Formats: sequence, C-alpha cells, structure tokens
Amino acid sequence: MPVETWLLFILSYMIVGSIVALELKNILASIVSIGIVGLGVSISFLFLQAPDLAIVQFLFEIFALIILVRAFAKREYHEEKAARVSGVMYFITVIVLVAVLVVSIPVFRALPPFGDPIMWVANYYLKNGAAETGSANLVTSVILDYRAYDTLGEVTVLFTAILGALTILKVRSKKEEREEDEDE
Amino acid sequence: MNKEGMTLIVRTVTRISVWLIILYGIYIALHGHLTPGGGFAGGVIISLAFLNVTLAYGRKFTSRWLDIGLLGDIEASSASLILALGIMGMAFGGGFLANFLSHGKLFHLVSAGTIPIYNILIGAKVGMALFVVVWTLAITRIGEEEEQ
Amino acid sequence: MTVYVLCFALFLVGVYGVLTKRDLIKIILSTGIMGYSANLFLILFAYKKGAIYPILSKGEEIKAMVDPLPQALVLTSIVIELGITAMLVALAIKLYEKYKTFDITKIRRLSG
Repeated sequence: MPVETWLLFILSYMIVGSIVALELKNILASIVSIGIVGLGVSISFLFLQAPDLAIVQFLFEIFALIILVRAFAKREYHEEKAARVSGVMYFITVIVLVAVLVVSIPVFRALPPFGDPIMWVANYYLKNGAAETGSANLVTSVILDYRAYDTLGEVTVLFTAILGALTILKVRSKKEEREEDEDE
Repeated sequence: MNKEGMTLIVRTVTRISVWLIILYGIYIALHGHLTPGGGFAGGVIISLAFLNVTLAYGRKFTSRWLDIGLLGDIEASSASLILALGIMGMAFGGGFLANFLSHGKLFHLVSAGTIPIYNILIGAKVGMALFVVVWTLAITRIGEEEEQ
Repeated sequence: MTVYVLCFALFLVGVYGVLTKRDLIKIILSTGIMGYSANLFLILFAYKKGAIYPILSKGEEIKAMVDPLPQALVLTSIVIELGITAMLVALAIKLYEKYKTFDITKIRRLSG
C-alpha cells in the first residue's frame, strides 16, 4: 500500500481515538485512550521517514502517561456533566468547528501536494551537511550545527517550564509540612 | 519499605533491567550523530529508568539510592556548560555555538566536532530536568488529605 | 491533500475539547491533541515520495532524502510540549488543592 493510504487509515483512527478519549467518563480510561493519538503520531512519523521523531514521540507518550496517571488516577471526584456550555451553545460550537474545517479546504488545496515538498533550503543541507559538519545524521547536523540557536532556545524554554512546575509544586501549606514531619 | 512500591516480580525485573535501560540511553545519546536518536531521546530514556526505580521501589528507597540534589546540580551545570561551549565557539570558531573542533572522519564515533558533546550535555540536561519534575510530582501528596 | 484535511480535523477535535469540556484534565489532554496534530502537520510537509530518512549510512548511495529541517524543528517542539504538560499538571494539582475540584466552572474565585 502507498504511504498516503496508510496515513489516511492512521489519521482516521487517531480522530476516532481522540473523540473517544474526550467523551469517556472514566478519567483513567480517558488518559489511556489519548495514547492512541500519541502512538498513532509515532507510527505516522515512521511512515514519513522520521525515525528520530518516532523515538522521541514514543518516549514522550510513555512519560506523559506516567505523569498524568501518577497525578490524576487516584482522584475520586467524578461528577462529570456533559459540557460546560448549554445545549444550544454546544451545537453552535460543533457547527462552527465543522464549518471552519469545510471553509479551510481551499487553503489545503493551495498548499504543495503531499509527497512533493518545496526543498529550497533543505537541498543545501542534504548536499553539504555531511561534509560541513561531519555528522552522518543530517537531522542532528541541522539541530546542533546549522540551527543551534533553535536548540539553545528550546533548552531555555524547557528550563523555564520545569522551573515553573517546580516552583508551583514546592509551595506547600503549613499543614502538609507538619504531616510530612510526622511521617519521617 | 515493603509497603511502598510494587510486587516482588516487578522489583526483580527492575533490578535487572534498569542498568540495561540506562546503558541504552547512554548509547542513544552518544551515537546521536550516527544513528537515529540524539540527546533528547537519550536523556528521556535515562530519566525513564530512574522513574522505573521510583515506581517499583517507592520514594523512600529512591531518595536513598539517588541524590536528587546532585541530579539538580547536574542539570544546572550542563545548561551552563552548553552556554560555555557556545561562547568558546565564539572565541575559536567565529560565531556563537559554532562547530570549532575538527570534524574527523565520517561514520566514526569521535567525529563531527562539538556535536557529540552537545548531545551528551543536552541529554544530561533534559533527562535530569524531567526526572526532577516527576520526582517532585511524586513526593507531592494531594488528594490524600480526605482519606486521612 | 486529504491527509492535510484529516490532520486539521484532528486539531479541531482538540479545539472542541478545550471549548466544551468542564474537566481540567480533559482540557490538558485536548491541548496535547492540538500539539500532536501541529507536529504531524509539519512533518507531512516534509515528506517526499520515494525518499528515505535523512541519515547517511556506510557504503550506500542514496538518491533522494526527505526534508531534515522540519524534523529538526519538530524534535525540539516535542520536548517543549513535554515540559508544558508537566507544568500544566502541576498547575492543575495546585488548583485541586485549593478548590477541591477539577471542574472549571466552579473555579471562580481568582484571588485569595
């Protein structure tokens, strides 16, 4: 089968999976179902010839699953109602989203067709990348040599996000600290 | 300690497999310029190995096995080493983050100048940062107040 | 072209979740879906028919390779998404500690 057919199959599967994940009542089942989308993206990356991304996406999926399950699975709070907007507004939202999809189809028609990219910059990287950087993996040569600024920015953003998460989590009330001391 | 963590089967498998996972993470990070992978993937794999120990053995054992403060120090120091390497590129290579070392031969492990060094540093930074966050998440106990 | 439309439909499912769900966790999952589809969309652009991954291997002559540039950009984007997820989870946990609920229609008091 050609790549496009596989991708159509995986993408429809992912759309169904994401809708199921959002509509399920049980939060643990919902978190597990979101894995359909993540692993589907990982398999699509393999079909699209991006093994680096497939590895990272797969690990991301495991990591996100562990974080979400560890944080939320024990909570017994569920009195979930259907939606936060009333019935009429709910239907208007869905209709508007479908309308956005239909209206945007001409935009996708104007894009370069699938499997035939514009590769002005990339051709330079493919031709000279190995000779100029000495790296056999051309993705790595782009990340860490041609566009190392991008990676530096990424590391900074990750640092900031982690710092924010740590700061939010480390603020604890007096009561919890006392309980912690009693435990030790 | 026995109350925390998981069953004996999970613990035994973890005890054997954790070193293999760490080794695989180091391999992925070191060979980032030759094979698929790189610093990000390697770092995440190493942090997942530590996470595996945390889930299997519980947090008290892990806080004795690992020095969490040291991991935070590794993270911060690799971030500053990346910057220092970038500034060294400014001095020797003619630009910030320039690849100033000799490129060596293609397909050799020691080649591609500064790229393997960046891969190792980024692997250490990303992996330790993510593990420290999940560790903090794990020692924060929420939703347990109602049960007590 | 159908692939692009389906990918955009996946993005819109994420938007639908953010707009209509009242559960904070479901909103976090919806932002995750939006991130996945954005990453996938960039990689769909990079694909070239009949080309292989942009990694040289020893003693092998390669005619066509896919575009390495979007792959490099998406690689950083995925890791940033991981940091963002961790931060959102931390925020949600703090909100739960304060209000004892994940229902965002009940989280009204912003101060104090």
